[in-house]
Order: sequence, then structure tokens, then C-alpha cells
Amino acid sequence: MKILIKNGRVIDPSQDIDGHQEILIEESKIQGLYPEGKGPKSDKVVDASGCIVIPGLVDIHTHLREPGFEYKETIKTGTMAALKGGFTSVCCMPNTNPVNDTIAVTKYIIEKASKEGACTVYPIGTITKNQMGDEITELEALKRAGCIAFSDDGKPVTNSLIMRRALEYSKIFDIPIISHCEDLKLSEGGAMNEGFISTILGLKGIPKAAEEIMVARDIALCELTGGKLHIAHISTEGSVKLIRDAKARGINVTAETCPHYFCLTDESLKGYSTSLKVNPPLRTEKDIEAIKQGLKDGTIDVIATDHAPHHVDDKDKEFDTAALGISGLETALALGLQLVEHGVLDLKQFIMKMCLTSSEIIGIKKGTLVVNADADITIINLKKKFTVDSSTFLSKGKNTPFNGWHLKGTVEKTISMGKIYEWA
Amino acid sequence: MFKSKDLLGIKELSPEEIMFILDTAAGFRDVLGRDIKKVPPLRGKTVVSLFFEPSTRTRTSFEFAAKRLSADVVNFSVSTSSLVKGETLKDTALTIQSLGADFIVIRHAAAGVPHFLSKLLNISIINAGDGANEHPTQALLDLYTIRSHKKKIKGLTVAIIGDIAHSRVAKSNIYALTKLSAKVRVICPPTLMPAGIDNLGVDVFDSIEQGIKNADVIMTLRLQLERQGKGFFPSLEEYFKLYGLTTERLKLAKDDAIVMHPGPMNRGVEIESEVADGSQSVILEQVTNGIAIRMAVLYILAGVKR
Repeated sequence: MKILIKNGRVIDPSQDIDGHQEILIEESKIQGLYPEGKGPKSDKVVDASGCIVIPGLVDIHTHLREPGFEYKETIKTGTMAALKGGFTSVCCMPNTNPVNDTIAVTKYIIEKASKEGACTVYPIGTITKNQMGDEITELEALKRAGCIAFSDDGKPVTNSLIMRRALEYSKIFDIPIISHCEDLKLSEGGAMNEGFISTILGLKGIPKAAEEIMVARDIALCELTGGKLHIAHISTEGSVKLIRDAKARGINVTAETCPHYFCLTDESLKGYSTSLKVNPPLRTEKDIEAIKQGLKDGTIDVIATDHAPHHVDDKDKEFDTAALGISGLETALALGLQLVEHGVLDLKQFIMKMCLTSSEIIGIKKGTLVVNADADITIINLKKKFTVDSSTFLSKGKNTPFNGWHLKGTVEKTISMGKIYEWA
Repeated sequence: MFKSKDLLGIKELSPEEIMFILDTAAGFRDVLGRDIKKVPPLRGKTVVSLFFEPSTRTRTSFEFAAKRLSADVVNFSVSTSSLVKGETLKDTALTIQSLGADFIVIRHAAAGVPHFLSKLLNISIINAGDGANEHPTQALLDLYTIRSHKKKIKGLTVAIIGDIAHSRVAKSNIYALTKLSAKVRVICPPTLMPAGIDNLGVDVFDSIEQGIKNADVIMTLRLQLERQGKGFFPSLEEYFKLYGLTTERLKLAKDDAIVMHPGPMNRGVEIESEVADGSQSVILEQVTNGIAIRMAVLYILAGVKR
């Protein structure tokens, strides 16, 4: 079946395209791009009037919770949430139960995703067996089974020797080691950023140094080994500075941040709302400014969601024991568009950071509308306003601090491998 | 005057509300001096005491206060409750409300628990200590004690010595004293200073000799023995040598300075016995005043329109 997308403003940073064009899709591939009005005959027309038409977003950091935590999210519900948020590809973190440290689990995820997944799912395997930090997993076998990166996310790899070996070993396959940077002794028992707010709330704080120490360590190991390092969810000014400096010295490091780290500070935790409890924690105004600057000057390559859905039972309790994480797939785009509105990024840069750079880092052919690429396309109305309402989320995780926020930029349609999803 | 059904902390109170509680307590202080120490305002009301951490003073004090007001008291025993079977705090609280409690007096190791309960339940929640956040009735009784000796709070120099970072008593007192315009000094080793302490409106000292000079009030805090062995300070002996309130150091304060301690005391760690039992100590008065303050709090909250 031939589908023609017309009347929209096509923006594809990979081909430096920004203008009114028409896109022909057949089966699950992009067949061609045509000047406005010059598109060929088709069986179905998708009208993208008033919208931008961009490559489907690629999230390098999502938690789909399956296998093991299906009560929080499943591959089915998580990928539907992804599509609603404009994402056509998600990379799922391995801190499932059992963790993804064997080809059996990798294959389980891939098979489940092919049967029930609404968008493309790329598994991330663990760096160490059972994420215990002692022994490296069989990286080659996991890669062969389909893993596109390795991470012990949720936990850091505390043993520097193990991290060194992982980075060295990963050079063989040119696939990134994604590091969750946290010094566990410094962060122990902490529930939020250590600072004035944690003092007046009486909550144990996690100092920024807990993140920065591990960022510095991983950069040093990356320099030592020549491996491929990607730093997950950076939240502090100090981390931005370290990465900027490392890049200037030519070190092979990339970095991601998440919308909550450029939208919220620890001030919002007054009132002890657990929807704001996340790891790394929300920081201060100074850190937000540094993160924005880092996005602007290219220090931060990717905007990821770190989508961490939780059941209400795990969040609706005393702050200290509440689960960590924000359900982010369905709000990331609109929150990120605020960066464009405020002049931090232009639209092209923003789109790149949400689909192209992540694709390049993990080496998949997504984030592009080039001929023969997969028909993964997101159609967005930049002007349409909406109010965040977690009760309408397709994700099982309703844990968001953005409820009630008035945002602009709705996903009108998401096309995943040629299949069209319309969001009324 | 009071709009909130709960007492969650001093942070939530205005200076006027604080004074109102102190004045109301003065009335109840008289009751405590009578032969028949009972008045009827809370007759038919039930106060449930929900303590997740051990307590001698606060728990018993609330029980005395409630009974003096003719309320019924139920002491919820955490260790023999279904909490042990894994029942959540949320379900426990809803159950207590459904049983017909009018007040829950809660002490918990996790900061923010009273706030969580106040949103969850319709009944009055009184914070008896939540983690390192606040212990509002302690600060109120401390203020009452200071006022009874010094006639005012404004302009007094109050030195608080101890584990400021982990002490809810210190925090509540800092908030209360600064709201009422006292000059607050905190004295502690750098390892026990909380983050952002400069923003609290207090003067910070790591030397007790410097900090205690000409103070009107000295508040010593319990050094939690659990802190030793975690790197906060080398030994209890060293802590006493550097920060213990001794008779010698007390001389550096004003001659009529009063010495306070919320209890329980570690004699010989944060305070020398001679000082604790000496003429300038008002420690036992604090305990008696505590009952009057807690009567005032229960009485005032009972009168808040829902």
C-alpha cells in the first residue's frame, strides 16, 4: 500500500531538509521525497497541514520493565506510550527481572517486542552479570543476540577495573558502554539533591559530587582505553564541564540529559511530592542553566527520557521509601520544545538530539527520512496547546511531576514501520 | 486564627500563631499547678499516638496532655501491629481514621510522613518528630521555657550546640527563634553542619568557646551515639573535649544564661552532669512545660473548623 504524506513542513537534519515536501511510503520503507504538489499517486493520503514532519524520535534510555515488573509497565504498554510521545524506536534498559545479561532474556525481549511491541525495541544488555559489578557479561553473545549497547543502569559499575575492562572489550564491537554515574557511598540513603532544600525538608541529600566523581572517573578510563563511552542522565553543572573538557581533548564520550533536568529544580520538592523523586535527583537553577548551555554548545548530544514507570503503590507513600523515577515518554517532546521556544536550541538541533544523534551513537539506521530508511515518521503540531494529564497516559506509569503543566506541541500522528497511529 | 487542621512544623506557622500557642499554653500551665489537673475541652475525643521511633518524653507527654484535657488516648503499638506483616503506612493510617480517631500524633524516621498523612486523612495530624525535618512541639515548649525566664524572645542570643545536621529539634528551634527575631548561633563540627546552613539566618561556629560568649540561652542537643563509627567525629571523648558543655565553658555565657536540653541526655558526652543538674539548668521545667504546650496544641486544633 502506497501512503503519501503531504502539506507538512518536512524537517530532516540528516539530509539538511527543511521545507514543504511530500513523502511516499510503501510497505515499511520511505520510497521517496518529492517537492510540494509533485508527489506520485497513492492509496492513502496523510494530511500534515499545519504540522512538521520529522523522523520518528529515538529514545536511547527507556525502562520497559518486562520481564519481571509487568505490574509497572509491559513492552506493549511502554511502546504504545512511546508512540504517543512521538518515539518510534526505544532502547530498553536491562534492569528487568531477570536482568538482561543472557541471550535468553535478550531474545525474550526481542520476541515479545516483535509480537506485542508497537514501535521498534532495541535491547541494552548489562555490563556485568546480574548487574552485580563483579564479572563482565558475555558482551559478544549479547551483541549477536541483538543488544545495541551495554549498561548497568540503575546502578553504577563501582569497580574501576571492571569498567576499564568493559570499555576495552567494547572496542571490539564499537558499541557504547552507557554509564550510570553515581558514587554509591556518597549517595547512600539520599533521597534528593544535597543542598539548602534538603536541609529544610530534613531529607538526606545526594551531593552533586556523587555524580561528578564517576563522570570524571569514566572519562579518565575512556581516555585510557579508547573505548566508546556514553554518559547517562547528566544533571549537574560539574558534569557538563567535565564532558565539555573531555570532548575538547578528543575523548570518545557522548552524553545525554532528560527533560526534568532542564525543567525542574529541587525547590519543587517542598511538599514532599514523590512524583519528583528521581535518580539522579533534581538539582538547582545553576545546574539547569549549565545543562541548557551544554545542549546548546553540543556538549550534551542527546535528550533521552529515562522513562521510569512505577505503579501507584510504589509512589504513594512516605518519601524515603518511594520508588525513584518519572514516567517520561509522553511529555518529553513538548518539554523539549520549550528549549526551542526559549532560544536554547533551534528546531533542527532539537530534532537531531531527539532522533539522529542517538541513532548514530548506537549505530542504527533511524532518525532519518532518507530513501530506503524505515518508515518511522512523527507528525507534530507545534502550535497546539495541551495540559498534561497523566490519567490519559498510555503508559501504566502515571508518575509524572508535570501534571497540570500547560505545554505546546502535540504529536498528531506517529508512523512506525509504515503503520499509522492517529492521536485525536 | 488557626487555619490548618494539622501541626506539621514550625515552618508552616506564622509568628502570630506561635505566640498564640504560647499564650494558650500559659493558661494550661496553671491547670497543671492545681490539685485536680483536669479540664473538659476534649472530652469524647480520641488521640491516637503512632510512634515508629522510641520516645519517653514526647509520647508520655502527649498522653498526659490529652488525658488532662479529658480526651481518650490509644497508644498504637507499631511492633505488634500488622505493620510487621507488611501492611503499608497508608493503610494503617486509613484504618486508624476509620476506627474513629480525632487526632494522630505521629513520630516517624522518614521526613515528610506527617505531610503525607495530612493529605491522606481528614483528621488532625500532629508531628511528634519526622526524621531530620521537624519536632515542632519541642521547639514550642523550648520557646515557652525561654520566655518564662527571659520575658521575651526578640533580641536574645541563643546558642544551639550539637548535631545540627541530623537534629529535628535544632531545625524547629532555628525556625521558631528566627521567626521571633532571636539571634541564633549554631555550634558544631563541620561534619555535623547541614548543607546551606548559611541560608538559615544563623551564625555558624565550629568552636564552642567562640559561639557561647555572652549567650542568653544555651541549648545542648543529644549526640546520637549511632553517629560514632560513621566518620562524623573520631570518638565520643573527643566530642566532649571539643563541644561538651562544661562548667568552665558555661562561665563564658552571660551570668544568668539558662541551660536547656530536650532530653534524653548523654551525660558526659554533650553535657557535664554538674551543668545538667546545676542552678542554671531548666531541663526539667522544659518537661513540665511540654505538657502545657501539647495541651494547647490539641485544644487549638480541636477548634479549627473543617
